[in-house]
Amino acid sequence: MIEVDIKKRLGAFSLDVQFEGGEGVTALFGRSGAGKSSIVKAIVGLLRPDAGRIRVGDMVFFDSNVGVDVPVNRRRVGIVFQDGRLFPHMTVRQNLLYGFERAVGEKRISLDAVLGVLDIAPLLERRPVTLSGGERQRVALGRALLSQPQLLLMDEPMASLDEGRKAEALPYFEILNSEFGIPILYVSHDVGEVVRLASDIVLIDAGQVVASGALGEVTARLSLPQGAEGFGSGVVLECRVEASDQEAGLTSLGTPIGRVRVALMDRNVGSRLSIRIAAKDVALALDEPRNISVQNVFRGRVVEIGEYPGYIVRLKLAVGEGFLLSEVTADAARRLGLAAGLEVVALVKSVAIGR
Amino acid sequence: MWSGAEQEALWLSLIVATRSVAFSLPLAVAVAWVLARARFPGKGLLDGLVHLPLVLPPVVVGYLLLLGFGTRGPIGHVLYQTFGVRLAFTSWGASLATAVMSFPLMVRAIRLALETVDRGLEDAARTLGAGALDRFVSITFPLILPGVLAGAVVAFAASLGEFGAVITFASNIPGETQTLPLAIYQAIQTPEGDATAARLAILSIVLAFSGLLLSELLARRIRAMTTAP
Repeated sequence: MIEVDIKKRLGAFSLDVQFEGGEGVTALFGRSGAGKSSIVKAIVGLLRPDAGRIRVGDMVFFDSNVGVDVPVNRRRVGIVFQDGRLFPHMTVRQNLLYGFERAVGEKRISLDAVLGVLDIAPLLERRPVTLSGGERQRVALGRALLSQPQLLLMDEPMASLDEGRKAEALPYFEILNSEFGIPILYVSHDVGEVVRLASDIVLIDAGQVVASGALGEVTARLSLPQGAEGFGSGVVLECRVEASDQEAGLTSLGTPIGRVRVALMDRNVGSRLSIRIAAKDVALALDEPRNISVQNVFRGRVVEIGEYPGYIVRLKLAVGEGFLLSEVTADAARRLGLAAGLEVVALVKSVAIGR
Repeated sequence: MWSGAEQEALWLSLIVATRSVAFSLPLAVAVAWVLARARFPGKGLLDGLVHLPLVLPPVVVGYLLLLGFGTRGPIGHVLYQTFGVRLAFTSWGASLATAVMSFPLMVRAIRLALETVDRGLEDAARTLGAGALDRFVSITFPLILPGVLAGAVVAFAASLGEFGAVITFASNIPGETQTLPLAIYQAIQTPEGDATAARLAILSIVLAFSGLLLSELLARRIRAMTTAP
């Protein structure tokens, strides 16, 4: 559990944010310059807020009212910086053990566990300069984990990696939370990363929190606040892999809106992941169509309707226990007589569903 | 080939310079750190004071040392009365004179190295639980080591060659304060001293070169550890 409520003036920029994070992965999302890095620095203790309170677990890091300001080296917050910041004069092993040796109390996370999960055992005796970008970030991650943190902060850890390296590193970041059970605050301005890694989201714009909550709930809002344009319009759904049919080439996912069929995924049955369904990929009909290629057909009800420039109508549909967003032309909306409360059928092509 | 007096001058120079570097190095690291990192009123004054020997005539430095550290000077008096230590006209005095003269060179080299250290690495060490002293010992110092070595070598070379401050404060006593440059000076002043002067000059050149080579070698070794594939 993490609780942040801070104010800070930095020249012309002023930061004033309140939010909470849970036990899972909370994404701190926003454009560059929105204030994400300042928040991270304040939590880790490298930036002192003008006023406010920061609490992680049952430890108060900062409270201007009672004059508490725990020094950086006693906060036990693991941080993975964008540039890795491995110590160049040490081997990978020495880097990994740096925080481990300085950690106090019970050591829950062992070197062996970290080596195994992150696949970095072969790198132990190498020097940081000899590592690739992806390897460097994995070692930085291992070093942070081994310092036995009560919270992991990731400050755009993949921003300096190219797409290939990113794809290589992402799976390691994905399993962290479930593997080690440490709450994670993940700073990013990359929608793909957030969808894959986070369960909750805090949207930051111009030094303010503009929205926060479960990723599925926030993305299901009809109009996203400023700073969230990157998400476009579409809902993120948390799913569980129910079955994979090799023959048909389809994977079935259990989601809040019901069963969703997607093109075959290389995932074990039972594993959890998130998918994103863009509003423009959701077609609407009044009756259930027959003999069509579309694999996913849902019955739902229009709960909210909004008109946008360019003769586009955006609708929020209640489907099962979740929501879908749909974008259709104003003309189509008129022809179908779409209005709040109307029962409709939503059609989603399998190939349009991305992660 | 070498006369006893010449060997004596060589040994004395090495001893004086080694002592000078050994005692001033920790202080130089501390001062360089303060100049590079700390912010306080009067920092400009400290900076100027440290660099003063670089711009003052060495004779003036020697004279000021005599005023301060002579047996009747405020500091020298205390040292003599309480510890029975006399600096003026002794080899320890020669070390003090060379230390003061080479101090700015040492501080400059170390400060330069400190300013190139990525502060982000120190921040990372902080988040990993390292306190201030721990951080300096485990991160900052190893990273500035090439600069510290370079500073030490330059200061050692400058100490070997210091003339004005030494002769003023410690005088030119064979076997006690007569270092290489002083011996060369005396040989030149003496009839038939030309050969001695030439031999001592060559010795100085060899020493200086070895020092430079050694420092380059060490610096390369350290760089190799942190950057090579």
